[in-house]
Amino acid sequence: MINFGFTVWIVLIPLIIFVLVGFFGNRFKPVVSGIVGTSGLFVSMALSYYTAYQYFFNVPRVGDAFQKLIAYNTVWLRLTEKLHIDLGVLLDPISVMMLIVITTVSFMVHLYSIGYMKGEKGYERFFSFLSLFSFSMLGLVIATNIFQMYIFWELVGVSSYLLIGFYYTKDTAVAASKKAFIVTRFADVGFLIGILILSFTTGTFDFITLTDPNGTAITQGGGIMFLGLSTMTWSMIFVFMGGAGKSAMFPLHIWLPDAMEGPTPVSALIHAATMVVAGVYLVARMFPIFHFSAPVALDVVMYVGAFSSIFAAVIACTQFDIKRVLAYSTMSQIGLMMFALGVSGYGEEAGLGFMASMFHLFTHAFFKALLFLGAGAIIHAVHSNYMNEMGGLRKHLPITHITFLIACLSIAGIPPLAGFFSKDEILAAGHEKSLFLFILGLTISALTAFYMFRLYFSIFWGKEQNYHHTPHEAPKVMTIPLMLLALGAIFAGLLPFASFVTSDGKPLAMHIDLAIAIPAVLVGVFGALTAMVFYRKETNIPEKISTALGGFYRAAFRKFYMDELYLFITRKIIFNYVSRPIAWFDRHIVDGSMNGVSYVTNEVSTRIKSFQSGQLQQYAWVFVTGAVALALAFIYLWTN
Amino acid sequence: MDILTLFIVIPVLTIIGIVFSKDHKQVKWTAAIGMGLQLIAAATLIILFLMERKAGNMAEMLFVKDLVWFPSLNIHYLIGVDGVSVAMIGLTAIVIFAGIFASWEVEELHKEFFITLILLSTGVFGFFISLDLFTLFLFYEIAVIPMYLLIGIWGSGPREYSAMKLTLMLMGGSALILVGLLGLYFNSNPSGGQLTFSLLAISKVHIPVEIQKFFFPFLFIGFGVLGALFPFHTWSPDGHASAPTAVSMLHAGVLMKLGGYGCFRVAVFLLPEAAHELGWIFIILTTISVIYGALGAVWQKDLKYINAYSSVSHCGMVLFAILMFNKTAMTGAVLQMISHGIMTALFFALIGMIYGRTHTRYINEMGGLMKVMPFLGVAYVIGGLASLGLPGFSGFVAEMTIFVGAFQNVDTFHRVATIIVVSSIVVTAVYILRVVGILLLGKINNEHYEHLGDAKWYERVSTGVLIFGITAIGLAPLWLSEMISGGLGPIIQRLLMASPIH
Amino acid sequence: MFEGVPLTWFLIVATLMFFIGIYGFLVRKNLITILMSLELILNSVNINFVAFNKLLYPQHLEGMFFTVFIIAVAAAEASVAIAIIINIYRRLVNIDVEKMEEMKY
Repeated sequence: MINFGFTVWIVLIPLIIFVLVGFFGNRFKPVVSGIVGTSGLFVSMALSYYTAYQYFFNVPRVGDAFQKLIAYNTVWLRLTEKLHIDLGVLLDPISVMMLIVITTVSFMVHLYSIGYMKGEKGYERFFSFLSLFSFSMLGLVIATNIFQMYIFWELVGVSSYLLIGFYYTKDTAVAASKKAFIVTRFADVGFLIGILILSFTTGTFDFITLTDPNGTAITQGGGIMFLGLSTMTWSMIFVFMGGAGKSAMFPLHIWLPDAMEGPTPVSALIHAATMVVAGVYLVARMFPIFHFSAPVALDVVMYVGAFSSIFAAVIACTQFDIKRVLAYSTMSQIGLMMFALGVSGYGEEAGLGFMASMFHLFTHAFFKALLFLGAGAIIHAVHSNYMNEMGGLRKHLPITHITFLIACLSIAGIPPLAGFFSKDEILAAGHEKSLFLFILGLTISALTAFYMFRLYFSIFWGKEQNYHHTPHEAPKVMTIPLMLLALGAIFAGLLPFASFVTSDGKPLAMHIDLAIAIPAVLVGVFGALTAMVFYRKETNIPEKISTALGGFYRAAFRKFYMDELYLFITRKIIFNYVSRPIAWFDRHIVDGSMNGVSYVTNEVSTRIKSFQSGQLQQYAWVFVTGAVALALAFIYLWTN
Repeated sequence: MDILTLFIVIPVLTIIGIVFSKDHKQVKWTAAIGMGLQLIAAATLIILFLMERKAGNMAEMLFVKDLVWFPSLNIHYLIGVDGVSVAMIGLTAIVIFAGIFASWEVEELHKEFFITLILLSTGVFGFFISLDLFTLFLFYEIAVIPMYLLIGIWGSGPREYSAMKLTLMLMGGSALILVGLLGLYFNSNPSGGQLTFSLLAISKVHIPVEIQKFFFPFLFIGFGVLGALFPFHTWSPDGHASAPTAVSMLHAGVLMKLGGYGCFRVAVFLLPEAAHELGWIFIILTTISVIYGALGAVWQKDLKYINAYSSVSHCGMVLFAILMFNKTAMTGAVLQMISHGIMTALFFALIGMIYGRTHTRYINEMGGLMKVMPFLGVAYVIGGLASLGLPGFSGFVAEMTIFVGAFQNVDTFHRVATIIVVSSIVVTAVYILRVVGILLLGKINNEHYEHLGDAKWYERVSTGVLIFGITAIGLAPLWLSEMISGGLGPIIQRLLMASPIH
Repeated sequence: MFEGVPLTWFLIVATLMFFIGIYGFLVRKNLITILMSLELILNSVNINFVAFNKLLYPQHLEGMFFTVFIIAVAAAEASVAIAIIINIYRRLVNIDVEKMEEMKY
């Protein structure tokens, strides 16, 4: 069998590039950093494809299932006798799949950024951060144990922070980066507590031991109950909290739309294709535990996913900033993935949801990265984020137009594009669970098709606006990644995905059930056609509908007031009603009591210092009185 | 001469050298060379120590030396180190070295300044190598007293008030410690015979539980005052705010660690039963410290106050971890001391450098400094990220070790306290990012700032050394954590013997 | 030479002088008067010494010597005290004890 030791380099190359570009990037021309970064990622990507090929075709299977391989492992920190944090490389179907997704998208984004970021200040900083992010994300997916995952989890968080705040002189970007970091950090505390409970109950961090369905962790863990749920359930709910934060699930989603303040390639890489699906990956990674030991937690995953999905889809229909529409769309699609995981069972056909979720993650990465990069090309051309300031761009940006259309068709689930296949599997999985969930899935599909084509028609059709200068197509270095990703968005669905990635590692036969596929396609087409009627030519139907919906529309437009709610909690409650009183309490009560001690000492001393007046006569009085009193007492005692 | 005494001799020689130096430049360089030698000595000590251990020398303390210096009370100059003290010596050497370079621009009474500063560090080094309680206390006082002069003479703002407050509160702590130490001394030989101050000898003795319970609060609170235990922490914000840069660095970086070190080396180690019985009170106090310090920092506007409250929070975590009574958590406590020591020294150094340029410490009056001083800005961000526990920096290692260790206690009380402490890391993120956002990012809000220069070479040396320390520990923590946990064996064993379950 | 005068009379005179001295010492504010009161106290003691010496050990002269000694010391003391008083007067133009509190507390 082949030695997979080289897989370490997939992760290390971006790290080396980060250090090189970060320290020495400013010594050379900016474009050197871009080229170095891109070629490094190319090597990583090539290695990933090689790894995937070797792993899926040349590694002997055990009882038809793909094995989990530890390609590399070293102890990083020893905590107790049993618990130690390792750093290593774990290869199994989902991590290999993720390696491909991340390196591919990251490479495309690197390539695209060479053109997109041209002339920006801090070019080399941008590329070093991109490499840092790629390193962290790759480290996350190949984690051999949950603590390694947490380490890289934090690192992707901080790379995301640095990249969102890339334009650090812009106040909104600074605020957005801060918000993203703090919200995900809050979720990460949940994750950490989950890890603590989990590791204490099972005595290990190791994924292979943890997720072995016959292992001690699953068969014996979680006996103790707390508030009616087992400790395993609690730990999984906490772990999922971390996942929900990173994947922008309701109610921890508020950072994602704001994160669009970052440069568009960053949004494509981090906030669409890779980092935000880390939560899905986490749940998938822990799936056996969720399924066997914590079904309640899995239900939580399902509900949160489904609700977030529909919630975000509704908001997406009302937004005008094209990147925000895409952000809510991302949230909605990730909700679908979570939902699919939540309805899934383990093993064989029951694990359809798991496979569907991973499949959707895979295809989504391509078409959503494509959408964002396309949006970047559009913004690059018209210097605006707002779709009502765009229109009729199809003549000016032909390549962007075609690739964007492909991505829209793909996400809307029109066959035979990639999105159709994966969404179909999700709907099938939902259908197996209950009819209601199936209808919910269909609704989301219809909304998805509607808001995507709303976006498409508003940008490329409709009335031409007065642009400052005639929009022009982006340079080759930007359009080539678009075209490559478009190929992915078309053909990724044709892969026999189920024969590679399944819940238990055993290949599964994938088939299209017409009873599900036909309604799915129909609602997609219906959504797209509605959007065409509304937005292809300028009409007043959208305004009419929005006025008819009244309060609901306004609420959706204001994102259901979630930002206001958070602001209220943080600004008002935490700052004004907690921190400020504490600062006051500290200054006045705690410190006051210390000052009080010194004050009392001072006062007492002032009082008693008059005894020490320095007046000799006063002393003499006391002395004489004392002497006389003593003498009298003496005489009295003597005489008696 | 043995290597440990060298840590006292080098500073003393440096002080003599400074006395005979002629001008400002010579003074600075003498101090820098002296402390550089000290740093080299510390590195050598670490290497020698690891080699001894590797060679199989498993004695409780290494490099032990014992000289009687006051026979009638049986006071010894008894020195020796284990993994914990070696680590602390390394920390001190790094911080004082960086501190010398951070005070490169001190003009006023520079000779006296460096003499006092190095005198202070002598006390700290002495404290960490002493195994005799009286000698330990003596060095403790040597470390605390120069603080008064350093803040009172070279400080800023209400410096007399702050210096007085700091010194009086710490002296109050010392008084408690002295009572505790005497209590230990007079009970050091229950069977009669020669009384002793030797830490090692007392650790073999079983002191009656009632006596332990009486003296434990004295020792723990006494050292806790220096370790910023709630509610005895208020000297810290005022003191730090008024102190000159190097003094803040040394004080928050090293002196506050004397408290934590004393708490477990003296209070918990020598009085284990009392620690078990009374620990819960202090767990409550330290939990409050952690969350309260963090929340207190959120509202502050003065950079030094923010950092002082953050120190309260982080040092609270040290004491909290000590009270968890297991090896993992205690290793975490020592790691946290080292990590916080370097980190906070970095912060105070940077604050001093920024203040030296903008002449204000109020964050609202600054903004967009990243653009004019990228080196300092990046260093501040690194410090901030380390402080909020980002992997790759030392803070993460320390905090995770503490959390995992603390979680080994199964009862609800410990669990709840642990979860509260864990949640403090969010608050840390809030105040760090708030400061970074206001101070460094955004637009430059004062046109005078556009002409400020970036770090000078000595400032780069100072911050560079500290950043190196943070990242080195953060990337490869294993050797340090093994070294520390190796030294904790006797303490853990004694605690286990004393535990009520046993 | 004191034949016929009982010891008690001497003691009465000495006691009177002593208490007059004490009284003066305690209540007068003028430094000179205080000094004079002090002299009265000393002299009352001298009288006691002389009287008891005669009564108890007529052959010896220790009491007498002691008295002479006290007188000598008192003279020295008075000269020093008056020197101080004069200095104080020169500086403050005042010799009231209660006014001299510059270095108090």
